[in-house]
Amino acid sequence: MMRVAEKAKSEGNIKIVEDATCTFCGCLCDDMVLTVDVDAKKITKAKNACVLGKALFLNYEEEDRPFALIGGKEATTAEAVEEAAQILANARFPIIYGMSDTTCETQRKAVGLMDMLGGTIDSTTSVCHGPTGMALQGVGESTATLGEIKNRADLVIYWGGNPAESLPRHFARYAVTAKGMYTPNRKKDRTIVNIDVRHTKSVPVADIFIQVKPGADFELLWALRALVKNRHVDPNIEKKTGVSMKTMKDLVERMKNCRYGVLFFGMGLTMTRGRHFNSAAILSLGSDLNEYTHFIATPMRGHGNVTGADTVVAWQTGYPFGVNFSRGYPKFNPGEFTATDMFVRGDADAGLILASDPGSNFTQAAVDHMKKIPMIVLDPKYTHTAKLARVAFTTAHYGINVPGTAYRSDGVPIELRTCLDSKYPSDEEVITAIYRRVEQLLIAKKRSKGANNKRQKAA
Amino acid sequence: MGSTLRIVNGRVHDPANGVDGKTRDICIKDGKIVKSVPPKTKCVDAKGMVVMPGGVDIHCHIAGAKANIARKLQPDDHRRDIHRRMELEKINTRSGTGGTVPSTFTTGYRYATLGYTTAMEAAAPPLLARHTLEELDDTPVIDKGFYILMGNNVLLYKMLQEERHEEIRNAVAWWLNATKSYTTKLVSPGSDEPWKGHRNATITQLNDKIDGFEQLTPRKIITSMVNTVDDLGLPHPVHIHCNNLGHSGNYKTTLETMKAADGRRIHVTHIQFHSYGGKPDGEPTSKAPEIAEYINNNPNITADVGQVMFGKSTSMTADAPLAWMLTRYSNDKRWVNADTECESGCGIIPFAYQERVYTHALQWATGLELFLLSKDPWRMVLSTDHPNGGAFTSYPRLIRTLMDREFRKQQMESVNQRAVAKIKRGHHMEREYTLQEIAIITRAGPARILGLKNKGHLGPGADADITIYDEHEDKELMFSAPRYVIKDGRLIIDNHEFRNNHEGKILHVSPLYDEGIEDVIRPFVEDFYTIRFDNYAVSDHYAPRREVIPTTKQ
Ligand code: SF4
Ligand SMILES: [Zn+2]
Repeated sequence: MMRVAEKAKSEGNIKIVEDATCTFCGCLCDDMVLTVDVDAKKITKAKNACVLGKALFLNYEEEDRPFALIGGKEATTAEAVEEAAQILANARFPIIYGMSDTTCETQRKAVGLMDMLGGTIDSTTSVCHGPTGMALQGVGESTATLGEIKNRADLVIYWGGNPAESLPRHFARYAVTAKGMYTPNRKKDRTIVNIDVRHTKSVPVADIFIQVKPGADFELLWALRALVKNRHVDPNIEKKTGVSMKTMKDLVERMKNCRYGVLFFGMGLTMTRGRHFNSAAILSLGSDLNEYTHFIATPMRGHGNVTGADTVVAWQTGYPFGVNFSRGYPKFNPGEFTATDMFVRGDADAGLILASDPGSNFTQAAVDHMKKIPMIVLDPKYTHTAKLARVAFTTAHYGINVPGTAYRSDGVPIELRTCLDSKYPSDEEVITAIYRRVEQLLIAKKRSKGANNKRQKAA
Repeated sequence: MGSTLRIVNGRVHDPANGVDGKTRDICIKDGKIVKSVPPKTKCVDAKGMVVMPGGVDIHCHIAGAKANIARKLQPDDHRRDIHRRMELEKINTRSGTGGTVPSTFTTGYRYATLGYTTAMEAAAPPLLARHTLEELDDTPVIDKGFYILMGNNVLLYKMLQEERHEEIRNAVAWWLNATKSYTTKLVSPGSDEPWKGHRNATITQLNDKIDGFEQLTPRKIITSMVNTVDDLGLPHPVHIHCNNLGHSGNYKTTLETMKAADGRRIHVTHIQFHSYGGKPDGEPTSKAPEIAEYINNNPNITADVGQVMFGKSTSMTADAPLAWMLTRYSNDKRWVNADTECESGCGIIPFAYQERVYTHALQWATGLELFLLSKDPWRMVLSTDHPNGGAFTSYPRLIRTLMDREFRKQQMESVNQRAVAKIKRGHHMEREYTLQEIAIITRAGPARILGLKNKGHLGPGADADITIYDEHEDKELMFSAPRYVIKDGRLIIDNHEFRNNHEGKILHVSPLYDEGIEDVIRPFVEDFYTIRFDNYAVSDHYAPRREVIPTTKQ
């Protein structure tokens, strides 16, 4: 049987890798055909990729950077592992944050490292769809893999998201112009609705655009839930939301009467006023509609493998993100054990940033604290966070140099192919090396403590 | 390495080899049971103890997409029940959380702590096999495998419509290979199409036509899969969750399903949930006597009970319409539905079985009746459909309920009396399971049904998976805390203490097939799935430690 790592044809220094996966966004398109110039270590063509995917592959180059930097000075990977392990072993409140752009294999080891250290683990989920995770705990969800949506959905509603720019192939591969089993005429077999506070690039593909006033998503969702259940809705809602009662009722009729409906929602909903109340409201609306027909409500997630991060952290600890091990078992408390909060409050005394760049997108208060504590960064690129780190590792690119698993936003796991080797180690190798060294240091620490205790007792 | 061990002075219960409580030595070398070891070998003195093969769970839900949603859904379930990290001499164990759906590491440790050394995850959509395998890889100590959901597979439907039986056999074999799974599972065959494609409609009769596939009925799907699996010679037959789970009057469907097998091998799972009389939408009654009698008389049928245990459970199933129906009876607002393209549905709701509720008490009593009326313990084995009927951690209590008549009577008196009154009285209610029978329904029987020749017994050549219990009047106590647990010849639990970590392996099948079938599957996957055909099959990397269990044709 054909195996994932083997699907490549070579001719001279040109290699064609078929069915490679683009990890740039949550679409995780696995149909890339990459033309690789092995000698030049460049990807010269990325067939099937969108603009973002093309940028990812065609701009790839193995940067000629040091393997690691310690305090800004060049170092070997081994030296950096030693320094990183010392930092972590001596920290009282270490945290790992990021994980959205690395393999599940790495994520699994990273959670283990924090378990051993009694630290905290958090992913970029806490700053994107964390509220959705919390809403799930309150109300559940009705979800589907994207293929089911492609095959069956005749009503697709985008809410608070702009896939045309953030998930460019979402329309063509999954939900709008995709050809499915019961949607052979593609867009003609579907009604597309877009609900947003602004007129985005995703609006033109929609048959219906509903502009909601900023900050009024929750009110609109709640009114729709009431209308679905044939309850009375205060006409004032029109003023509050900027949406007419007629539009709402029309939408409700469409939702109740479709055969397979979908609500895709984005950060426009989860990261604005209302946050997890908004997520809970839209998940509930999706569930409510199942009284009438088959209905799905599911988040559109951005980063390559952020879904993998939630998945791994949940199977290892029971909770999806923001998990702390200081008591010797996992504790979950968003707002307490989420990275921004830990940095802003000044709780973390060491940080390991794995494949993410909070230095460029966290609040100033959080970044100020990061500057004060020893930070360790693993990234193929020299990021803002790497610049303020005590230890910065250069690692290989997952999905280009490193194989492994990534989860699409709908939970479908995909095995990544490689197309070029890298001289740099993978994230997994670095985390594993740090893990081993920290383990030794902790054992030594325990022994010396034990010896001290004995001495004290003797005295 | 040549590591050896000898267990001496224990009373051995090894039903597969006809040993019923005799005192004899068990010798272990290199992870296997052998005839003899050198005299100076390290000994475990099992005086006053009972020695059994390690437990084998034939049906549980412990890993993969749906288990993980159930974890994410219920932080409340974990907070009450933590699992601390242990710092052992040689290796540290991982921390985790428990509840009805424990985290993966905790699942492995807790199974081992109960003396279970093998467990089978009973339902995974093939498309998500990687997820199941990754979680199983993080489930320590035990050996494990999983069943792939094939009862609502759209490509197989298309083939079956056209009676392409040869292709079906090859396609099923391809799928088993592509996913590294153990057998096929049918869950309410036919029910996903009306659910997903026809506004959440359901299917109720074996002869109902399936939405969009006018030539097909659940009966045709069942017959086809029974034959296919039998023809492939898989070690375990098709594992079937019958239509109409939980509905009053469903015992007729269950009988019909068993008859549809027409003498061929079939495993009917959590049969308690399929043994109800009564009118549809009315109160259920127990039809355990009818079901037990049919199974007693038909040696081609095996079953696990799916006992309901009072307390918190999580209902999680590929039977999405069922979970939707259950929301009507649940106080919990949370409901999850999750469709997998072309392959499966899924429903999850938090649940609790309560003594005072008529239906719950009736379900509990129906399960016990099935156990007590079963004449062949090799073919009616223990399960709670973890975590649907209750968590696997409740097995010791269930064992006590079967072994201890007085304990059972006490419980009978404290549950809904209207329900108990519906249960047939008779001699069987006095029955007490013997230790030997317990050894059959918890290890020897499931291993035999699974076709695992090296498990469930203590004869030479068997895997050295062994549990040693202190003998105790209170059987719940006895079975909740074995004194020794040995996995692959290593002492994991030594004198009640967790001493060693261990990584178990994946058990899977690899039936032969004609590779030409890929030309049939490929275009379908490329048109109606969202991943490329060549990215479908999982690579070996996902099962770093594995054992292929041969088919009878290999
Ligand atoms: S849609 Fe996303 S995953 Fe697909 S090619 Fe574009 S950036 Fe890559
Ligand atoms: Zn089950």
